[in-house]
Amino acid sequence: MNWTSFDTWTVVIGALCAVACALPGCFLVLRKMSMMGDAISHAVLPGLAIAYLITDTRASVPMFIGAALAGVLTALFTQWISRFGNVDRGAAMGIVFTTLFAIGLILIRQAADHVDLDPGCVLYGAIELTPLDIVSFAGLDIPRAALVNGGALLTNLLIIIIFFKEFRLGSFDPAMADTLGFSSKFLHYLLMTMVAVTTVAAFESVGSIIVIAMLIVPPATALLLTHKLSTMLIIAVVTALASAILGHLSALILPPLIGFETTTTSGMIAFAAGVIFTLAWLFSPGEGIVLKKWRRRSVLVEPVHDSGEY
Amino acid sequence: MPSWSDIFEVVLLQNYNTRLVVVSTMLLGVAAGLIGSFLLLRKRSLMADALSHATLPGVAIAFAVMVGMGLSGKSLPGLLLGATLSGVAGIFTMLVIRNTTRLRDDVAMGFVLSVFFGIGVASLQMVQGMPGASAAGLESFIYGKTASMVKSDFYLIATVAAVSSGMAFLFLKEFLLLCFDDGFAASQGWPTLFLDVLLLALVTAVTVIGLQSVGLILVIAFLITPPTSARFWTQKLRTMLILSAAIGGLSGWLGASISALTPQLPAGAVIVLVAASLFLTSMLFAPARGVIPRLLRHARLRRKVGRQHLLRAAYELLEAAAGDGPVMNRSFALADLVEKRTWSKGELKHILRVARREDHLEPAEPGRLRLSEPGFGEAARVTRNHRLWETYLITYADIAPSHVDRDADLVEHILGARLVRELEEYLTNHGVEIPVPPSPHLIETGTPSAS
Repeated sequence: MNWTSFDTWTVVIGALCAVACALPGCFLVLRKMSMMGDAISHAVLPGLAIAYLITDTRASVPMFIGAALAGVLTALFTQWISRFGNVDRGAAMGIVFTTLFAIGLILIRQAADHVDLDPGCVLYGAIELTPLDIVSFAGLDIPRAALVNGGALLTNLLIIIIFFKEFRLGSFDPAMADTLGFSSKFLHYLLMTMVAVTTVAAFESVGSIIVIAMLIVPPATALLLTHKLSTMLIIAVVTALASAILGHLSALILPPLIGFETTTTSGMIAFAAGVIFTLAWLFSPGEGIVLKKWRRRSVLVEPVHDSGEY
Repeated sequence: MPSWSDIFEVVLLQNYNTRLVVVSTMLLGVAAGLIGSFLLLRKRSLMADALSHATLPGVAIAFAVMVGMGLSGKSLPGLLLGATLSGVAGIFTMLVIRNTTRLRDDVAMGFVLSVFFGIGVASLQMVQGMPGASAAGLESFIYGKTASMVKSDFYLIATVAAVSSGMAFLFLKEFLLLCFDDGFAASQGWPTLFLDVLLLALVTAVTVIGLQSVGLILVIAFLITPPTSARFWTQKLRTMLILSAAIGGLSGWLGASISALTPQLPAGAVIVLVAASLFLTSMLFAPARGVIPRLLRHARLRRKVGRQHLLRAAYELLEAAAGDGPVMNRSFALADLVEKRTWSKGELKHILRVARREDHLEPAEPGRLRLSEPGFGEAARVTRNHRLWETYLITYADIAPSHVDRDADLVEHILGARLVRELEEYLTNHGVEIPVPPSPHLIETGTPSAS
């Protein structure tokens, strides 16, 4: 293995993006909306395509706005269809994001004559190439992707610190939040905007597959390990960091071991997160399958005291 | 722009290749519409999403295995077998996570979706570097590649579609029971676990054959959109299943035909957009549960309620003005009417406009209103209904006279003619006066003369 500064930057960018996603992801998971991340990350495609078609460039700002709008619209349309049409939420989400994705594919085909844009890059991204695109910031040469994802991370962190109390209440008891005067609707759309903006920040550099995985898997892992929201956020962040590092390492090490040449870091980051989740699932002190089995056996072995106290 | 002869050629299925593509997409739509209905009723639509993403690693691994065995690597049955196996592994993981942890359905689905898809992307990248075989084109499983279908693909898709539709009909009763009350089904001794697994196996089969024609992201639309559209047209389950299959088939047929005419557009996307427009039409216009018919029904009811409120208020004003004498159709002051109920200015204005249009009001001097003859009759009838209902509530439902006005108000607008007749009969037998009976309680607000 040959570690270069490229690899360092790849890991840093992956980690920034992973943590930026894991933070809002915790609230998505708690609000039973995990699939929203998947829906939004597919549905931003038409927003991007329209931004390309209008501005005719791959400039970041219009693309960012277009995709963020598309993301918020996904949440809005899902809400409308499930409320006005009396449709199951999951089905409404499925219809909205597949339709938007289809529109995006068609628009991109139209735009392909003008700009170089491949739907594949939306899904897989090219995290390995991001260290090449360098901008100068505060006198330092930093990859643009690190700046963008770091910005998304900071924004998410700030919003969560400012609205921590409101988010906590809104996630566990939206009705109570409403009666106390925190609009749970506002919190919902704030969360959706965070997810959309984070997705867009990540998409261009690292691909949406990391986003979907990092929105769900680290929070799910954390949920297996704790019952406390603040601890959950910390564990999710640590899991996300570990996935990014292990993901890139295994992308370098694993393919030669099983006789292949290369693989993508983004896919392997998702895979690493899956492995960490599986470990937590097996060995978590409260929820782990192994410990549960073991505890059950130790209960059976102990003599039964019938105190008649039931 | 395609010419008319092109359009006829496609619609009449004259071209051999077009015929294969259109017919197989249609069959896929029918099968997906049927199977997807059960998913929708079990509120598991997004399982299709997780499942289809979970097939990707199977495609890559099957390719690698086939190349390793010296085969071409791109034979469709082999790739689909791989896709099926990894889809089944995905479902299995999902069910185990849900049953052994406190994580909910959505988290289990999201986990399987993202991790399996990540593994899929990583392994696709790996196999692309394999010596001796070009893996280019495997990505068509993500976006679909309808036009490249050959005859053996067609047979495969047609068989799977036919078998899964057949199974859906064979197990119709069991699946319906499972969808509506799985607890009851289990208590009656039905093998619910087996049925659940069978249903998911059918979903997997449909998803896997959909990979080839519309791609793994858009096959989700085939499983979700037609059943949801069908749901707007009917409250009956069997009708919904048939409609859903028909809508699925129609989307497949129209979508594949349109994309045959516009080869520059991605076929899967066109098919999905056709399905989405059928959905939008159903959601807005379907008479049974569509949005616009429902809004119209609401508006009609609101108009009716507004009219009845106005007429009764007017009648009660006239009653108060008449004192002990017979109620006469005189004019009354608008200001008194405003006092009668808590209605906003705009609301009252609207109600009055409707009443003038319906010929319930006659022109009167400024600041005053006058009922027309039919309006007066209708007002007497409405007031009578209200009082009948109030009397009934006081006598038989034990509601205090001081509260009965509101309760009666909630129900009287939807009393049917038959019910009113029965009430009349009942109350007549108990000696209640039938032409507008006096109010059983004090009418307080806004009475102009001393009450």
